[in-house]
Amino acid sequence: MRPLAPISQTTRFVLGILFFVFFFAAWAFATLGGFVSPTFLADPVTMLNDGWVLLTKHGFLGDIGITIWRVIGGFILAALVAVPIGILMGAYKPIEAFLEPFVSFARYLPASAFIPLLILWAGIGEFQKLLVIFIGSVFQIILMVAIIVAGVRRDLVEAALTLGARDRGILARVLIPSSAPDIAETLRLVLGWAWTYVIVAELIGSSSGIGHMIIDSQALLATGQMIFGIIVIGVIGLISDFLFKAANRRLFPWSLA
Amino acid sequence: MSKLLIDNVSRVFPPVRGGAPVQALQPTTVTIADNAFVTILGPSGCGKSTLLRMVAGLDTPTTGQVLLDGKRVREPGPDRGMVFQSYTLFPWLTVAENIAFGLREKGISQGERRAVVSQWLERIGLTGFADHYPKQLSGGMQQRTAIARALANDPAVLLLDEPFGALDNQTRSLMQELLLGIWERDRKTILFVTHDIEEAIFLASRVLVMSARPGRIKADVPVTLPYPRHYTIKTSPEFSSLRAQLTEQIREEAVLAAAEH
Ligand SMILES: Nc1ncnc2c1ncn2[C@@H]1O[C@H](COP(=O)(O)OP(=O)(O)OP(=O)(O)O)[C@@H](O)[C@H]1O
Ligand SMILES: [Mg+2]
Repeated sequence: MRPLAPISQTTRFVLGILFFVFFFAAWAFATLGGFVSPTFLADPVTMLNDGWVLLTKHGFLGDIGITIWRVIGGFILAALVAVPIGILMGAYKPIEAFLEPFVSFARYLPASAFIPLLILWAGIGEFQKLLVIFIGSVFQIILMVAIIVAGVRRDLVEAALTLGARDRGILARVLIPSSAPDIAETLRLVLGWAWTYVIVAELIGSSSGIGHMIIDSQALLATGQMIFGIIVIGVIGLISDFLFKAANRRLFPWSLA
Repeated sequence: MSKLLIDNVSRVFPPVRGGAPVQALQPTTVTIADNAFVTILGPSGCGKSTLLRMVAGLDTPTTGQVLLDGKRVREPGPDRGMVFQSYTLFPWLTVAENIAFGLREKGISQGERRAVVSQWLERIGLTGFADHYPKQLSGGMQQRTAIARALANDPAVLLLDEPFGALDNQTRSLMQELLLGIWERDRKTILFVTHDIEEAIFLASRVLVMSARPGRIKADVPVTLPYPRHYTIKTSPEFSSLRAQLTEQIREEAVLAAAEH
């Protein structure tokens, strides 16, 4: 192993899988070997069984669907609001001076702490769930996008100026395209966080979704189901991450070439 | 006829963190004739970039003014094309799109843009690379594209700030010949900053030598070698004597600059 030396695709794939194998082996060893009481931690086989029952008998697929829709809905709302504001903040210093202090403050307000308040305001319907994700994501995206846009290489802006670009040209044809890959990367990151918010939102005052299933299973001490739920979240996160990365590669070939 | 007038232009940078203000350029007056190829030669830190940036309108003089065709320069504009020392091609645009950038900002139609771009691709020998991204090009190819990008805009003057500074010697002399060839045909007014003495002589009809910081123009040396110039001219006696003369001038400044630090 040498620092930064590249490895082949196959090696990368095999090593990536290997960790999962170790992980499951250690888990199976601890549980099936009788080192951990099944009350606290189900073994992998029970977990898969419980998961199968959940999917076939309890309509867990519907829960998964509703959770995905909440995450994506709240996340898209947040992105639609935050990306333009972030771009304007990064590009125009007066807008930055006006908004930055508030956004920095709001960013530290934990979305989960808003849940009781949001239930008062918006009830326990879908809108409230979307709001939790929205509040959790929107300020983060604004701030990170603003930093990305403000950090666009100054010499590129100057080159565009000497080529006759005016304010709007600089914004539309230098600042935005230059920061687009990093903005997409930020969105990928924040989407990951949105998953945490949705589960918390579903743990409190909800009658559907993966989070709701997990809290229900707690009452029954069904650790197999709880772990299955958690793993499903991880797998969906992995898939969405993969799709996001693939889309970024397609959209911005110039940034990797 | 004077194309560009640098009139009593100086630049003092405000102090950084309680230090003293930095005088980068002493009041400087130069007249640049239309169609001239002028090189500005000076040691590092003498204010060459500062001067060029003020002509470009990217920086504002502390005193004095820059006049282009009698009009005062207040901000950057397409009449003053610039090639930077750092690679400043837009990485998200292909070579062809980079060259077309200025034309697009001017609102010139796609068809016309394509014609100008293909003509420039041919002149810089990159026709086969039209659809490459800057990352896929060598440094020399990138700077050629940057020159084409600036010239496709048909500016009144072309400003170049050590455009070949990061290139190896072979590439550098090929690039000099390419630029010279373009100038010999188009006779665009060029202001070219360098710290390479041979480069300054080979290209220019006039060399301005700058003193160490705070910069001022300490010598104004006409180069009477005839155009078109072939690279073999670098071994001619006239060239050698100019080189000796300028080397002496620059050495004095380098010694001064070294003593200061
Ligand atoms: N934005 C700035 N703020 C403060 N000082 C500056 C600034 N830009 C340049 N200077 C100072 O002005 C002086 C001249 O800088 P300039 O970049 O013009 O030199 P140069 O002749 O182009 O040098 P080089 O050959 O190394 O590029 C330097 O001492 C530099 O420290
Ligand atoms: Mg410089």
